[in-house]
Amino acid sequence: MEKNGKTKVIAALVENKPGVLHSVANMFRRRGFNIESITVGRTEQEDLSRMTITVNGDEKTLEQVVKQMNKLIDVVKVSRLEPENIVTRELALIKVNVPDVKNRSDVINCVEVFRGRVVDVSPESLTIEITGTPDKIDAFLNLMKTYGIMELARTGITALSRGVRSIRIDE
Amino acid sequence: MTKMSGAKALLESLERQNVDVIFGILGGALLPIYDHFGKSKIRHILCRHEQGAAHAADGYARASGKAGVCMATSGPGATNLVTGIANAYMDSSPLIALTGQVPSGGVNTSYMIGRDAFQEADIIGITTPITKHNFQLRAAAEIPKTVQTAFYIATTGRPGPVLIDIPKNVQTEVEEIDFSNGIQIRGYKPTTNPHPLQIRKAAEVLAEAERPIILAGGGVITSNASPELLQMSELLMAPVATTFMGKGSFPETHPLSLGSIGMHGNPVANKLLCEADALLAVGTRFSDRSTGNLDSFCAPAKKIHVDIDSAEIGKNIDVDIPIVADAKEALKALHERLAKQLKKKGTSAWTKRVKEAKEQLNPPAKSTKELKPKALLQQLRKLLPENAIVTTEVGQNQMWAALYFNALKPRTFISSGGLGTMGFGFPASIGAKVACPDRPVVDIAGDGSFRMTEHELGTSVTEDIPVIVIVLNNSVLGMVAQWQRMFYKGRYSAVKLGSVPDFVKLAEAYGALGLRARSIAEFAKAVKTALKSDVTTVIDVPISMEEDVTPMVPPGCGINKQVGDY
Repeated sequence: MEKNGKTKVIAALVENKPGVLHSVANMFRRRGFNIESITVGRTEQEDLSRMTITVNGDEKTLEQVVKQMNKLIDVVKVSRLEPENIVTRELALIKVNVPDVKNRSDVINCVEVFRGRVVDVSPESLTIEITGTPDKIDAFLNLMKTYGIMELARTGITALSRGVRSIRIDE
Repeated sequence: MTKMSGAKALLESLERQNVDVIFGILGGALLPIYDHFGKSKIRHILCRHEQGAAHAADGYARASGKAGVCMATSGPGATNLVTGIANAYMDSSPLIALTGQVPSGGVNTSYMIGRDAFQEADIIGITTPITKHNFQLRAAAEIPKTVQTAFYIATTGRPGPVLIDIPKNVQTEVEEIDFSNGIQIRGYKPTTNPHPLQIRKAAEVLAEAERPIILAGGGVITSNASPELLQMSELLMAPVATTFMGKGSFPETHPLSLGSIGMHGNPVANKLLCEADALLAVGTRFSDRSTGNLDSFCAPAKKIHVDIDSAEIGKNIDVDIPIVADAKEALKALHERLAKQLKKKGTSAWTKRVKEAKEQLNPPAKSTKELKPKALLQQLRKLLPENAIVTTEVGQNQMWAALYFNALKPRTFISSGGLGTMGFGFPASIGAKVACPDRPVVDIAGDGSFRMTEHELGTSVTEDIPVIVIVLNNSVLGMVAQWQRMFYKGRYSAVKLGSVPDFVKLAEAYGALGLRARSIAEFAKAVKTALKSDVTTVIDVPISMEEDVTPMVPPGCGINKQVGDY
């Protein structure tokens, strides 16, 4: 598969039972598709989970991904989310190395500008929580590089369509 | 609601699906189920290797159109099924595989799954990429619904194998069992009816085409759409090429039949496909062995692609008019629409071209002293009734059969097309014979493939399932030997099998009938004897190891660039 395309977002409602993540991940591996990130969590319907998957690839690849996902029996519904019509969020936890007091206040200023929060403080470090689009998090991480990132955990994005459009299974 | 054990509930659930036979091998993790076979209406056929059981069930499914069922114990029993399951998956065959599993809990057993217990294998993980779906049972009460769902998934839409893994404690536990209908799968809704707009567009293209051609794949056989295919072809006066898997969907003696396409396709089919101006492809996935180089495949034609699996559309080739539907429904709808606007066409420049190409490119077999596969297979067709079922092994034997043995009816030509599994044909012939006991079943084999599952002679003799095996015996792995001759300057590497065993003696050792044929006359005599025999007959036919399957499309070339004579 060509890897020249842009990152695309797919949302899927899947049965909330063991083995479903395995079959989805397995299909991606077998068909040579690449998962950039995947988040899975519960939904407003308790027997369904929602997967938000970002995939890198061209149109044709994405079309195959959606069709192949649809073939999986435990995948109930698959939708492509169009980037211009969705709200996406990602959460990152970043541990920054700031033993120096001057640097520390600079970092805290940055956190405020980016509307993040400091969630843990030690003499050597600050742990920061930041939420936003992946671009925003990338920008923040770029700033933090100068101080030294000790540890980083990103959740991968989760997304919803704007407005009343929704992916739902009506019982 | 009735109180019973999981083992009993399983067999009863299978009976309710009209299962009449299971091919299997028992083992420790299946003892509770096997303890019930004596009381069940279901016939159990004890195979000699689980791979044979899976292929036999697959052969049964392809010959009958019903799901075939195989069963194996946990661990190695289950993993031995894997080749058979993968084979069924690639060829979209409705196979139900039942596997025993170590206990997941229970009164007298501890939880063993995940603890590397004796004969434990993660068969769910192993078969996820080669099944349409799989289940691991957690409780006896789940059995009826799971079995119903498994059969529904396996046999509808694009069929495929479904595996049910049954921990031993689930077989023994006694619970209230409810057999009422309970299929609920919200994530599975196959589209069977074609979209009217797409049918309209397709009809326009076909009505205007001067050189229409139909390509029929295995999907036509699966959906029992052969009558509709014939009707469509005769309305449009469009010649029909089949894929290898589609062989039998259209009578190959029909004036509009071109034979099968592909690497070892009939040159008429390969050539005319590249001359057509409209292609109606039905129930095919455009496999690489069928299409050859994609750039030249059917290049000038407007392409209509009918498939029940939407993921097949646009996967390998780009098409102009996609139609997601069952082959039968789509052909019916198309015919209905076209019959209104078209008068039945007569002969045209295109039908003349078909006739002339067939005369020119399909010359009759030369009569030679030496026994050649082409003459042998054409002779075999004359010796067998129309409804005889032929299975093949994989390799040269298979491609010779594709080229020279005319299939006349659907479900009479059974072969491993997608996975290319050597050793498939013989156990598949046993399964086909069980499905159709009144019809002759013949496995066209090579010696290399037959060696891989020859032990199933034991099954066919002891279970009284008489089939005929024709071993085209060149004492080499013929197809790879041919490639070494053609593309590796004749450097043979690891292809010579030697002339052991003596297949006549091997057959006799199993209590089967062994015959040898060294000429067409001897071959005809042997087949006639075999057709009358009430035990399995192995006919050993020594042929030259230098014999090539031609014509052939060299790898990477377009299908109209074949080399060698038909």
